[in-house]
Amino acid sequence: MYINYHCTPMARSNLRRPVEVKMLRRVLGQTLGFVGYTIQYGCIAHCAFEYIGEFVVCSGPSMEPTIVNHDVVFSERMSRHLFKIQKGDIVIAKSPFDPNMNICKRVIGLEGDKICTSAPSDLFKTHTYVPKGHIWLEGDNLKNSTDSRSYGPIPYALIRGRVCLKLWPPHSFGTLSESPTQRIIKSPSDSDSD
Amino acid sequence: MAQQMTTGQRYLRAFVSGFFVAVPITVTVLDRLAYVARVEGASMQPFLNPGGGSECDVVLLNRWSVRNYQVQRGDIVSVVSPRNPKQKIIKRVIGLEGDFIRTLGYKNRYVRIPDGHFWIEGDHHGHSLDSNSFGPVSVGLLHGRASHIIWPPNRWQQIKPSLPLNRGPLDTEEKQE
Repeated sequence: MYINYHCTPMARSNLRRPVEVKMLRRVLGQTLGFVGYTIQYGCIAHCAFEYIGEFVVCSGPSMEPTIVNHDVVFSERMSRHLFKIQKGDIVIAKSPFDPNMNICKRVIGLEGDKICTSAPSDLFKTHTYVPKGHIWLEGDNLKNSTDSRSYGPIPYALIRGRVCLKLWPPHSFGTLSESPTQRIIKSPSDSDSD
Repeated sequence: MAQQMTTGQRYLRAFVSGFFVAVPITVTVLDRLAYVARVEGASMQPFLNPGGGSECDVVLLNRWSVRNYQVQRGDIVSVVSPRNPKQKIIKRVIGLEGDFIRTLGYKNRYVRIPDGHFWIEGDHHGHSLDSNSFGPVSVGLLHGRASHIIWPPNRWQQIKPSLPLNRGPLDTEEKQE
């Protein structure tokens, strides 16, 4: 009885060791494989979001009526990386005062453009030029938008992406409309003769 | 299955699968964790590029530590130039948001740094295009924090935050005088 008790664990451990090692190795291999796949797909997701585009839920009234509260839009990143942002594009940019917050506005002027900074009712028009490497952003809802009219031009590198598609709500699916405000001075020749 | 494939197909398949592993991981590491950059120009002399001329220092930019846009005064950071978005500049952080800074040749003698901005300067005053010419810089332009000098090997070191003498935020009492 005593001997039997003493002997059994030894025998059992000798018997079990190769099986346990094999199992441990398999579990370890599975875990490593899982971690590897997670890292790989995480990296692919990062590249897709960083260089192709991302989905953004917009909030706030500043882009009404083009984009209303809780609309889902797709913002593509390529034209920002290739420096192909044009006047009239709607962009998502980091707020210059809080880098963790994003703003969604329309590009009114690129570097070197002349911008009218006075209200339409003002008698004397005031103009400003957008400095090098900066852009001028304004919301479509001029009455209710904090934009470059209050904080001035923002650096180009704060742009995160260009909004190219509206996905939700379904009845307004499609590309985005032109600016309802008459704020974009169309061609450089116009602004020079102005 | 594998035996039916020709050698070319097998190589192509290995190449494609390796490509889809290596490229995204490399891009993500460079974007999120660390970036290696060559320092050009004299704006950070004597700390970086002390010899000047042809030899350029190589620094390791830590991108993970700035993911929440947290920097300290005295850190050396790389920032996308506000004047030219295709260019990155490497400067020292002198003041953070809310600080009062005595400027060197900016349009105002004293400046209060607005929210979400910082004041960056090169160590080599007068030879550096920095906040003294374009004002406070938005923190959103932050690219990375230089954490190590990795080339030349005899100057390999960890970069510790240090403010140059007589530079740094003023105390509020001093400002009110």
